[in-house]
Amino acid sequence: MKTIFEKSVAGREGCWPCEGIAEEAYIPSDLLRDGDIGLPSASELDVVRHFTKLSQRNYGVDGNFYPLGSCTMKYNPKFTEVVAAMPGFTRLHPVLPQLQGAGGLCQGALEVMYETEHMLAEITGMAAYTMHPMAGAHGELTGVMLMAAYHKDKGNKKTKIIIPDSAHGTNPASAAIAGYEIVSIESKDGIVNPEALAAVLDDEVAGMMMTCPNTLGLFEKHLPEIVKMLRKVDALLYYDGANLNAIMGKMRVGDVGFDIVHWNLHKTMATPHGGGGPGSGPVGVSERLVPFLPISRVAKLEDGQYFLDYDYPKSIGYVAPFYGNFGVYLKAYAYILRLGGVGLTRASENAVLAANYMRKRLDDHFEVPYDRICMHEFVASASPQAKKGVRALDFAKGLLDKGHHAPTIYFPLIVPEAIMIEPTETENKATLDGFIDDLIELAELVDTNPEALTSAPVNLPVTRLDETTAARAMELTDDL
Amino acid sequence: MPYVPHTEDEVREMLATIGVDSVDDLFAEITEDMRPKSFDLPEGLSEMEVLSKLEAMAAKNATDRVSFLGAGFYDHYIPAAVDALTMRGEFYTAYTPYQPEASQGTLQAIFEYQTAVTRLLGMEYANASVYDGGTALYEALMMAVRKTKRRKIIVSEALNPIYRVMLDSYTSNLDVKLVTVPHKNGMTDIEGLKNAIDDDTAALLVQNPNFFGSINDFTELCAAAKAKKAVSIISSYPVLQTLLKTPGDMGADIAVAEGQSLGLPLSFGGPYLGIMTCTKKMVRQLPGRMVGRTKDSEGRTGYVLTLQAREQHIRRQKATSNICSNQSLCALRALVHMCALGELGMKRAARVSVERAHVCAERLTAIDGVNMLTQGPFGNEFAVTLPMNAFEAIAKLTARGFVPGFPLGRYYDGLENGLLVACTEKTSEEQIGIFAEMLKGALK
Repeated sequence: MKTIFEKSVAGREGCWPCEGIAEEAYIPSDLLRDGDIGLPSASELDVVRHFTKLSQRNYGVDGNFYPLGSCTMKYNPKFTEVVAAMPGFTRLHPVLPQLQGAGGLCQGALEVMYETEHMLAEITGMAAYTMHPMAGAHGELTGVMLMAAYHKDKGNKKTKIIIPDSAHGTNPASAAIAGYEIVSIESKDGIVNPEALAAVLDDEVAGMMMTCPNTLGLFEKHLPEIVKMLRKVDALLYYDGANLNAIMGKMRVGDVGFDIVHWNLHKTMATPHGGGGPGSGPVGVSERLVPFLPISRVAKLEDGQYFLDYDYPKSIGYVAPFYGNFGVYLKAYAYILRLGGVGLTRASENAVLAANYMRKRLDDHFEVPYDRICMHEFVASASPQAKKGVRALDFAKGLLDKGHHAPTIYFPLIVPEAIMIEPTETENKATLDGFIDDLIELAELVDTNPEALTSAPVNLPVTRLDETTAARAMELTDDL
Repeated sequence: MPYVPHTEDEVREMLATIGVDSVDDLFAEITEDMRPKSFDLPEGLSEMEVLSKLEAMAAKNATDRVSFLGAGFYDHYIPAAVDALTMRGEFYTAYTPYQPEASQGTLQAIFEYQTAVTRLLGMEYANASVYDGGTALYEALMMAVRKTKRRKIIVSEALNPIYRVMLDSYTSNLDVKLVTVPHKNGMTDIEGLKNAIDDDTAALLVQNPNFFGSINDFTELCAAAKAKKAVSIISSYPVLQTLLKTPGDMGADIAVAEGQSLGLPLSFGGPYLGIMTCTKKMVRQLPGRMVGRTKDSEGRTGYVLTLQAREQHIRRQKATSNICSNQSLCALRALVHMCALGELGMKRAARVSVERAHVCAERLTAIDGVNMLTQGPFGNEFAVTLPMNAFEAIAKLTARGFVPGFPLGRYYDGLENGLLVACTEKTSEEQIGIFAEMLKGALK
């Protein structure tokens, strides 16, 4: 499909933004750019048709089952968009509460922040929250900065962070960016092995980052023991909230001894992913880390008025220009209000039910390396099929042909030919069955017609794309 | 239960297939000692109840004030097509395009976004976005640190202070030194910056127009940085960039911008859009996702995520950045915004914004005791000094329905009487007239 630039015709007018034309030159010509910018010149219909057609070359939750492991692609309720589009929120300038006499102009927004923080705190059993991090990885970085601030304040000399080998790639990347050395530990039977932890645990360990359930979808049952071990060396325990959709109402990470947790509200709290973001990655902390939270912090006066408090001398400072992705967590807030405590618990229960149902239906046809009760997702392996020349990637492409988005593949790294399936609670049984039936049918093709898999997809706008050429040619814009 | 489709019969069938008696059995590994000590959340509400609760909360935000606030975040007109197109579920409810064959819509849109922002900023390469303009600046300075293996960063004090405080936090645990060169009455001190660049300098950070609205040509400054093998980073304002000399033309190695003004509502601070562009020699240091054009096995044009070897899911702790989720949908909005207005509409919005600001500046400085702070050219934002404390003037005017601007004293000692005033194409001349009268009254 041609790009919008290729469809552009110089001089064609688009939407007029305003009255007036402003011919007068207010800015001296030596400060101005030369010639055309090269932005498209297209009619509004040209633009509408271009982007409508582009959208039709995409899978999304609204149109396709999207069991992308670790990504919690649940249905995003439409009413939350109505909330986020309310002019009372969209028109609010972010510096408004910082102006004298203007805090009263944004009480509703400050209340949303305050209430969301407090509800997330109750769901996870943490002492306080910051809404500022703008995605999960940003939350991780904020969390690791909090760790560093805590240790610095106590005069601890800490240089290392322990990360299990099943962790998301963002964990080591975030810890490294905050200046820490990464110590990876091997899992045993799919979960953290306390013995492996003991072998690397010393006074230089600042903390450990855990995902629970982990990326294999398994619950980390040695948690209480791990907490005790870390406390002995004054190391903090970090909870990667990517998989919170499994445990709402079943376990609160604060209660079991985690010190820091980040959410991916764009996963668990059903805000849309938008093809890669915007997300929202609020961070909760235990009591001992509260003084270090980023500023500003929303607070409530006795008379019920909300205000922004900047008076936290031990704070790590600013991790965002303002208060995070307000428009995103506003939707999450609406979603939590809609579901309530019972609804959130039911969401987790049904997410776990669906994952186990799929696992059980599939385990006669695929290798499932840790074939026991899982949480909200599970990992199968195409290793046996790969020996016959059909890899996890080929199954992924075969599923695309059948109208499903593919599961996550080749992650976690500790399972060869991994196929990581997360159905979520919002998909009906017929959809789950349809996907499993299709996957089983594809598995049968391995012996009868492997080319049907290795040449898939054939029903989409393009067949497999040449990524090597893309990386070599580096054609990243229409001008290169 | 909302959004859970299973009937009781289906739940029973699923449990039977799994081979357990109840849903509780699935959570048996969470032993009693790990169960919640409390879970005191409100009862769920109907959709209608939630909407009415939030309408009431939205009503407590007084968004009916006429606002002259900018400070890097501007209320430009957003064509209706932007919402209509970007809210399509195929875009809205997709994940990161890890399966390119099923994500050509998102991928081609990002490719087009990369094309549009590189043209706008006069640069060669762009990534698919980072969180916001401040994060883009931080990532840019880290690119420079990696590239030069030096540790000193020269920052103009006329760079948005909202970003400068972020840079302070982000670099506090790192072996990176920020050296701030003071502004001169709201002007970027080009000589001072030139003199500060030395053989240890990794990067130079400046903004055009600067925080006070003042427009510069940084060509000489970029050349001075280049002479010392330091990286020049320019932060720009996309709407005005349709008119102004580009960072590329000035010789910048990296150009970043807050993309909010391209079709994103103010929304109390986010979601916004961090635009990052650079020259060819910096591209391998660029963090985050990038989309490249290629062919499929039938020879058809298609798009894929490329150069992923820089990223966290491959390189883990050795990645160029930890970024995973970005602001993809915001980038799509920016693209559709630029397309809907087009070359002519974009320039028109910028020109009218500049004109309104000049009309406004003329009206305000006609008031006794109100003077321009900066000398020389400005765009759609300018700084004035008032004959009284700006915080107090703001408090008086907000009570009367006007938000007159941003108090410079919040970040700059000695500028307690300074007010930063922004106009866009949405600001009417009538509003400017009333504002000037109001301010005159308030200053009496």
